[in-house]
Amino acid sequence: MQAGVRWLVVLVAALAFVPSAAGSGADLYGANCIECHGPQGSGISDRGPSLRSVGARAADFYLSTGYMPLGDPHDQPHRSRVEFTKGELAQLVAYVASFGGGPRIPRPHPASGSLSKGQELFTEHCAGCHQVAAQGGYVTNAVAPRLDRATAVQIAEAARVGPYLMPQFSEKQISDDQLNSIIRYVQYAKHPDDRGGWSLGHVGPVPEGLVTWFIAIVLLIVTCAVIGERIRS
Amino acid sequence: MKRWLIALLVLLLGRRRQRPLVDEDGRIVPPGGPDRRAENLVLLLFGAATVCGFAFPVIYAWDAIPNQTQFLGLALGLALAFVSAACIVIAKRLVVSEELEEEYSTTHPDDEEALEQLVDESGSRFTRKRLLVLAGAGAGTALGAALLTPAASLGPVFDVSSLYRTPWRRGIRLVDELGNAFHADDIEEATFYTAYPEHADREQMGAPLVVVRLEPAALQLPDDRRGWAPEGILAYSKICTHAGCAIALYRKPTFPAVEPEPALVCPCHYSTFNVATGGQVIFGPAGRPLPQLPLEIAGGGELRAAGNFSGPVGPSWWGVRNHGARP
Repeated sequence: MQAGVRWLVVLVAALAFVPSAAGSGADLYGANCIECHGPQGSGISDRGPSLRSVGARAADFYLSTGYMPLGDPHDQPHRSRVEFTKGELAQLVAYVASFGGGPRIPRPHPASGSLSKGQELFTEHCAGCHQVAAQGGYVTNAVAPRLDRATAVQIAEAARVGPYLMPQFSEKQISDDQLNSIIRYVQYAKHPDDRGGWSLGHVGPVPEGLVTWFIAIVLLIVTCAVIGERIRS
Repeated sequence: MKRWLIALLVLLLGRRRQRPLVDEDGRIVPPGGPDRRAENLVLLLFGAATVCGFAFPVIYAWDAIPNQTQFLGLALGLALAFVSAACIVIAKRLVVSEELEEEYSTTHPDDEEALEQLVDESGSRFTRKRLLVLAGAGAGTALGAALLTPAASLGPVFDVSSLYRTPWRRGIRLVDELGNAFHADDIEEATFYTAYPEHADREQMGAPLVVVRLEPAALQLPDDRRGWAPEGILAYSKICTHAGCAIALYRKPTFPAVEPEPALVCPCHYSTFNVATGGQVIFGPAGRPLPQLPLEIAGGGELRAAGNFSGPVGPSWWGVRNHGARP
């Protein structure tokens, strides 16, 4: 009993000395985010949207993928090196979440999803932009990124947040269980089972058709050589 | 330019050849013996090509057959392969051939007769010329029929009314793929939904819809479409007006002044339609705006159609602009 009390005292003392998460998050926010998103996430018109009530979910997605900080607010954010340490990232996320409400970081369980169901759902909801093998693609004025480096948590966040101009999918459209299946499929698509042999980067019918043409041209030349005769001179 | 013309002239004149050497019988090409086996083989190959060629329209018309596409490909491919095999046999075993070299010369431009004679005498080994020509013509006709058959898939030629008939009319409820009715409260901003007419064939071109919601203040619909988007909920045909693909991409509104405008995008050729202005084309090959369906919110909050589309749905056809959508 006494030992328990003593530990509690030590713990409280330790917490008192560690700077509060939000405090140090505020410093990082001031150094990296405030220029566009304004003080306390109020947003600045023409530069950056308000971060009130976006919650830890959106903050974790944008920061852990390196989408933010963004050099020019008119650029599309894209995956890049994360300049924060894990601890800094957690503090910054906690600070953004402290602006008010907002959803928490999701905890998906892809292992409980079904791979075939996931492929079906991915084809229906995601493949239009990200391509059925999750290799990414284009929308006019933007790039739909390839998902080969997306973690399970990031996929779960992106589906709900809708980064940049991606539509956001509510739980009515894609339930958490369905999302688990989708994540399982995306994880599978990183290293798919290529039954046909050479995958050509999984980019679809155009390069496959080109390769077929190259094979066909060689076959046609061989046929010509077999049926034709060389004129001797 | 002048040098090119001179080069061309030299080339044309230079093609005239000396009259070929003629032997004691007046022949240019040495006579060759008949080869019945080769002839039979050619007849057989032309026959096989004819059968395969005519098989194509039969398979095309017979929808119940499994793997129809593969069989169509097989029929056409085999017809072409048999015709080319027949040509190879004719060239290698039936046409009299000889090798000769001659120098190009600009003298005596009168070898047209010689050419006729050459062609005539080259066929001297054929014993059943008419039958072979008939077999070749049969194979050619069958192949031609096979190649023209797919044109039937281009659509109706005379009665195009089915192209602008849609299942939508005032009062039809919007349902999701499971058949549950959509309510106005279900439709959120920054995402898109696919809806169908209740109790109607979903395979029809005019059936599927894309439903999105914008801030009512962001709408810039034409004046004659006032009230088409209650609470900012907009419905458009899901079928692209360019090539008939399903519109599966929604560029949701992002942060103002940094964003591209909210738009529906077709994944096939990137036709991009502005949702705020009534489906106007802002990019891509589509030639017409995306047809919009007027909506109304019924007493219980259900979404219903308030009429038919603003224009004909689906890819364009001859005279498409002269027609409206019909119930």
